[in-house]
Amino acid sequence: MELLLAIVIGILFMSATYLMLSKSILRIIIGTGLLSHGAHLLILTMGGLKAGSVPLLSDEAASYVDPLPQALILTAIVISFGVTSFLLVLAYRAYQELGTDDMEEMRGTKTNE
Amino acid sequence: MKQNDLILQTVTKVAAFVILLFSAAIFLGGHYSPGGGFVGGLMTSAAIVLLLLAFDLKTVTAILPIDYKYMIGAGLLISSLTVAGGLLFGVPLMTHAYRYVDLPLLGHISLHTAVLFDLGVYLVVVGVTMTIIQTIGESE
Amino acid sequence: MSLLHLAVLSPFLLALIVPVLYKLFRQIHTGWFVLLLPILLFSYFSRFIPLTKQGDVIRERADWIPSLGIHIDFYVDGLGLLFALLITGIGCLVIFYSIFYLSKEKEKLNQFYVFLLLFMGAMLGVVLSDNLIVLYSFWEFTSLSSFLLIGYWNERERSRYGAQKSLLITVLGGLCLLGGIILLSVMGNTFSIRELIAQSGQLMDQALFTPALLLVLLGAFTKSAQFPFHIWLPDAMEAPTPVSAYLHSATMVKAGIYLVARLSPVFAESGTWLWLVSLTGLITLFWGSFSAIKQTDLKGILAFSTVSQLGLIMSLLGLGAAALHYDSMGENIYLAATVAAVFHLINHATFKGSLFMVAGIIDHETGTRDIKRLGGLMQVMPITFTVAIIGAFSMAGLPPFNGFLSKEMFLASMVNVLELDIFNLDTWGMLFPVIAWVASVFTFIYSMIVVLKPFTGKLQLSLLERKPHEAPIGMLVSPIILASLVVIFGLFPNLLSTSIIKPAVAGIQPGFALDDFPVHIAIWHGFTPELWMTIGIIAVGLILYLFFQKRQKPLLLLPDHLSLNAVYDASLRELERSSSFVMKWLMTGSLRTYLLSIFSFFIVSLGFTIYWKNAFALDTGHFAPVGFYELLLAIVIVVAAIAILFAKSRLTSIIILGAAGYAISLFFVLLRAPDLALTQLVIETISVSLFLLCFFHLPLMASRKEERMSFKLNNAVISIGVGVIVTLIALSAHSNKLFDSISSYYLENAYKEAGGKNVVNVILVDFRGLDTMFEISVLSIAALGIFAMIKLRLTRRKAKS
Repeated sequence: MELLLAIVIGILFMSATYLMLSKSILRIIIGTGLLSHGAHLLILTMGGLKAGSVPLLSDEAASYVDPLPQALILTAIVISFGVTSFLLVLAYRAYQELGTDDMEEMRGTKTNE
Repeated sequence: MKQNDLILQTVTKVAAFVILLFSAAIFLGGHYSPGGGFVGGLMTSAAIVLLLLAFDLKTVTAILPIDYKYMIGAGLLISSLTVAGGLLFGVPLMTHAYRYVDLPLLGHISLHTAVLFDLGVYLVVVGVTMTIIQTIGESE
Repeated sequence: MSLLHLAVLSPFLLALIVPVLYKLFRQIHTGWFVLLLPILLFSYFSRFIPLTKQGDVIRERADWIPSLGIHIDFYVDGLGLLFALLITGIGCLVIFYSIFYLSKEKEKLNQFYVFLLLFMGAMLGVVLSDNLIVLYSFWEFTSLSSFLLIGYWNERERSRYGAQKSLLITVLGGLCLLGGIILLSVMGNTFSIRELIAQSGQLMDQALFTPALLLVLLGAFTKSAQFPFHIWLPDAMEAPTPVSAYLHSATMVKAGIYLVARLSPVFAESGTWLWLVSLTGLITLFWGSFSAIKQTDLKGILAFSTVSQLGLIMSLLGLGAAALHYDSMGENIYLAATVAAVFHLINHATFKGSLFMVAGIIDHETGTRDIKRLGGLMQVMPITFTVAIIGAFSMAGLPPFNGFLSKEMFLASMVNVLELDIFNLDTWGMLFPVIAWVASVFTFIYSMIVVLKPFTGKLQLSLLERKPHEAPIGMLVSPIILASLVVIFGLFPNLLSTSIIKPAVAGIQPGFALDDFPVHIAIWHGFTPELWMTIGIIAVGLILYLFFQKRQKPLLLLPDHLSLNAVYDASLRELERSSSFVMKWLMTGSLRTYLLSIFSFFIVSLGFTIYWKNAFALDTGHFAPVGFYELLLAIVIVVAAIAILFAKSRLTSIIILGAAGYAISLFFVLLRAPDLALTQLVIETISVSLFLLCFFHLPLMASRKEERMSFKLNNAVISIGVGVIVTLIALSAHSNKLFDSISSYYLENAYKEAGGKNVVNVILVDFRGLDTMFEISVLSIAALGIFAMIKLRLTRRKAKS
């Protein structure tokens, strides 16, 4: 299971990196979305998988899965939502102002010397 | 969403309230079962987004005349007050208090200051999501 | 906290109130309020004189960072008290003077007095702290307030240049000082000066001793404008004249002197110290006096003369260290050097303060400080002229003023060097009296220039901006007081000797008993070598002065591009150029380049670490079994992740991303994370609708031109590298358990301590509640940012139309 997941994570990261390296701002944003998926799974894998039951305390369960990664990921999911929406609006506004979604064309160094 | 989506609207009228109720349940039960401020807040926003999809922005603002930016502020305020509240009682920040009480009808339940904190989280999440969606929606 | 702490902090406290006072009482000059404080402080510190006279000290402690051994220890002994009295005493006079110098209508008085008070407090902190870290903090504060005061007229380009220069040089020295302090604390295991002095014997043999010594001296030399760091002081003259009189002649530049004096007991045994301090002092003395005669700006002359006089004091302090090597002598003649240093320190503050104020008066009344345009002011400003003549003659070392006395003592100390036979001084010692004598001749010349050029000769009204007349009485009070002190100390030097000088010298030379110090100062002491030297100085000086009068061109000019200023300017320019070069090279503005370097570094550093530390481990023992659904979901995710790369339209991309998200939320269900599954599910829904909303406005992806093959290949290599590394890390992280997880604590205490059964939620709202608090703050900021991004444009469009 961990091996399988590790490969899935690797592929998610690979795909995310490839997207982020492209020039289109949309692909970059999608890349960050994939990257956060990969990171979430990575954190979860680190803590060990299916080592116990759901982390809701009850009398029946003898052991539980690690709750800490889950808490971390929960935070991460919400934050990445905030960041993704920020990036989206940034892209949308940049497109409106500059008329392009190409990162190379958006480079601003030539003007601010 | 200009055309008249009768089916969607009819379903939404029912579904939105079901989702809202469910989100409230999930929010309140967060300490004992899956849920909490984040999920509850997101689900509430999802219900409002559904309303937005079925009807238009104007109708929804008429139904829910809320400035979501203030909701963010209120949420942050509640949370930080809960965090700081412990100081009044001479205990460190973030110390929660709880006790179990027996109420008529509801039975044996616990009252917990963590719910207040979670309420702040809930409000912030709803506020943030709706501010984002609404601002983008308005800009079209 | 004690009264002493309050006394040091009071200028800071008053600085907080000054802007309010300025706003409330516009009709009253803010200086009047400020003036009260130094008067109060001066009388407060005067009460300590009888105590320190007997060799007592006052010590007060307040904790700051006790765990690091940093306490706010204030410590009043003879040396500290002397400086405290100088700071508050000259402070009174300068503030009084400034009330008449700065107009309350035109100037930003609130800022001026805030800066001045900050400086006063910081300076008191420097001279009274026992803890080196506290001393350093106050030290930097003096640099900072000096920067603000030099740049007070910040609309002038020269002011800004001078302010920046002084800040760069003094802060650079300050950093060196901090390094020296840390080395000292490493060696002595304490930040306390007293404790360091107590173990000075052991410190000398340590390897870090010489580096610490050099660093501390760099700090002191930059602050006290010693050669070659003196270049900031002449440019600092752009400050208002009261500031020049206060900071740049009487107090701040003496902080370096203070530091050398204060740390003398720690370092003075070493020959490096003796040579460095005395020789740097002498070179500065010579160079300063030599440069002064080339100046045409009155304040410029005074600035270089200050540089030179600081060098004089410094060289005396250095020579005083020789006393430590002659303990056995009946009457230690080298202690006289230290006595002379302290005495000259006081004298310099009096005569230079009065001269600066005179320069300010001339500037104020005539509109210029150029000695080529000034002349004949004697008739219109008789009182100012009297003050100037007293100050300048004292500076030149003429009797019966106090400058004569300390100058004679200085010359005597230099002659005494001839008898030294330590540290190669027997071969090189001849240099000292020679340089001292030559420098004194120059000193005589520039002193004459200061007083004779503006006041004698013809009054050329056409060259002046306004018609000169005697300054208002308020402006004259302070220089008159200082000039009378010059005369009083000259005629009755022993007023100071036991009450002030002796305890101060005791602070510099703690190894000697109070009665050892030869503090009895007399005007007439027979036909000694130093008297003959003085007579020679006056004779040669007069001849040279008259010679210069004839020749309009200076004797010798260094080409501009070889001067130290040119070096400073060039290095600053070079620094700016190279940093902008590096900046342009690194910050290309291309996101792809940044990401490429980040990812490459990620691959190389992590890959190398895994290889180097042999960190990759595969522990299949704990692997959970793979179920059918999990395999199915994994395939869905992988297919989605790869398909998204080839998606041609934005809608396809969004749908695939959504599919991957939903698949992951299902994964969370299987992996026993119900909270995550719920959250992911809802977030995915909202995200997709958000993406659709935004992408509605964006161009089609398919429209973009095909990229080159090498571009794609490059990306592919990097991406595959990242993917492989992450996979390896995921496996290693799971297999290596280096630390015990804290999770068991959460699981055990979730119900006991926090009364909740959903451990994840308990962690979020209780155990790690503060994290959540900050998280929702970040979310709020993101939402407000989005709001602003969209709404701001609307207002701008409205404005356009």
